[in-house]
Amino acid sequence: MDMILEIKDASFGYSQKTVLRNISFNVGAGELLCLLGPNGVGKTTLFKSILGFIAIKGGEITLDGQNIKKWSKSRLAKAVGYVPQAHTTPFPYTVLDVVLMGRIAHLGPFSSPSRDDVKIAEESLERLGVSFLKDMTYTEISGGERQMALIARALTQKPQILILDEPTSNLDYGNQVRVLLQIKKLSEEGIGVIMTSHFPNHAFLCSSKVVLLNKNGFKIGKADDIITETNMRDTYGINVRITRLADNHGAEIKSCVPLAN
Amino acid sequence: MLSSDAVSDEPLRNRAAAADARPMSRAKKSGLVLVILFILLLAIFLWSFTVGRYAVPLPELLTVFFRKMFGLSATWSDTLETVLFNIRIPRIIVALIIGAALSVSGAAYQGLFRNPMVSPDILGASAGAGFGAAMALLYSAGSLTIQLVAFVFGIIAVTLTYLISRLIAKGNNSVLVLVLTGIVVTSLFSAFISLAKYTADPNNKLPEISFWLMGGLASITAKNVSLVLIPFVIGIIPMLLLRYKLNALSFGEEEAQSLGLDTKKIRFIYILCATLITASAVATGGMIGWVGLVIPHLARMLVGPNYKYMLPASVLLGGAYLLLIDDLSRTIFAVEIPLSILTAIIGAPFFIYLLFKGRDAWT
Repeated sequence: MDMILEIKDASFGYSQKTVLRNISFNVGAGELLCLLGPNGVGKTTLFKSILGFIAIKGGEITLDGQNIKKWSKSRLAKAVGYVPQAHTTPFPYTVLDVVLMGRIAHLGPFSSPSRDDVKIAEESLERLGVSFLKDMTYTEISGGERQMALIARALTQKPQILILDEPTSNLDYGNQVRVLLQIKKLSEEGIGVIMTSHFPNHAFLCSSKVVLLNKNGFKIGKADDIITETNMRDTYGINVRITRLADNHGAEIKSCVPLAN
Repeated sequence: MLSSDAVSDEPLRNRAAAADARPMSRAKKSGLVLVILFILLLAIFLWSFTVGRYAVPLPELLTVFFRKMFGLSATWSDTLETVLFNIRIPRIIVALIIGAALSVSGAAYQGLFRNPMVSPDILGASAGAGFGAAMALLYSAGSLTIQLVAFVFGIIAVTLTYLISRLIAKGNNSVLVLVLTGIVVTSLFSAFISLAKYTADPNNKLPEISFWLMGGLASITAKNVSLVLIPFVIGIIPMLLLRYKLNALSFGEEEAQSLGLDTKKIRFIYILCATLITASAVATGGMIGWVGLVIPHLARMLVGPNYKYMLPASVLLGGAYLLLIDDLSRTIFAVEIPLSILTAIIGAPFFIYLLFKGRDAWT
């Protein structure tokens, strides 16, 4: 269960253009890493490279010390689960159908999911507390529910690492928080999580490790150390104030508040 | 916001409870629908012998089948033997295969290209085969040669589409580039067809080409069967075996990869198989539209979008549908009506009906 994903001195980019250079960090079991950075800095390029959609241009990516470059898609899918932004499909699949597709990496080339696979898919929905979605039509549920269904699908792959692409985009305020708390819970249960976000507060909420990407390179550290007023100005070009307040149980939470002037 | 969310969740939960209360699971229901479709296909198959010219009554037909099967001596006339085994059975088999081939290819392509508006001729198989047939007709070839040349040109057209799109996309296989290239190649071969027609003798060759393109099975005899049956069997087996994986492809390239699928390989296999069976179907029956578009929608409506059930349903429905259309084509009037005319006259209003039924999903 203690799988570690390591990015070692890697460069990322498309055919001609290198977007990110000399990136190194790692994510272990139970860790939550939040990828912050402005539009176009290469967050998407980075996680697409980890998922093997794009070949890396230098360095290496290893899982438990093994270079994943030559791994088959199904071997990678058993280790790393991907949660895309909530979307719709052209066809009206049921939520269970969608979640069951997470078993594909575990199936033989000619087989379709068995009763046991259905059980695993149902467990994933239950784990997220959304079993009631099971028989609903994926194209007719809300954005937040679709995001939950996609997380359930990734869990059904039984991965040790979960990669989420802006899991809160297009969600209302309540659903954003609900989805984030769910993700935090998963990482506490032992899954290594990498997610991209546009909101520094999401990193505070999940008390995660942060990789901050900007034009000066990258910084890695605890949310408290990385999300500072200076770093936010350098990264996003805006002035913010970091405030502290206490929640109902007296625990301190931080918040990043943008300033109007 | 929280309260509005809670409110909006309520009806959904109730709907889920109602769904749980249903006695039969969706899988079982889809399985049952497949059995019913098979029985329907069998019924249309048997009924097809009893209509039109040289109609054979059912009891006599069953006697023939029975005695043939056990190698008993013939109790029927030689004429019946010839009509049945050289004309009627080949035509029925070919109609079944063409219908099944077009609809299964359409169903696969709709998933592969993530677009419910796609039909099996999208990559140029149909236009290519049409051009091949027009050329063969221009040179007064026999029916078997026409079938063969049309088949080869159907394959050539799709190969061209595939290669050009690979060149354009430089290895990043883009579905959009493939479909756009297919449209270009289709229109190119359509122009070649027009050119063939333009140069054809307007007294005999031109009408021949025109009638061939409209689609029909009147000239089918036993010798035409193998050139459509063999590609069909070779093509449909991998398509059926791999069908569950098509579901993931309909979520897009990257997602399917992240689920553990070798998308390039699967897509190549499906395009190869669909091209094989579409080209041979068009080469045998002419350019028959609508089947590959409408039948997959009907199948989806009956058993849901899961390809595990949807693809077999498309095979059964497509076969039954085209056989029925062909029966109509040879029985409604004294002269046979070209198949593409009937499939359009029946298919177009039916598609409108499907759009009405599924309009929530479209708008």
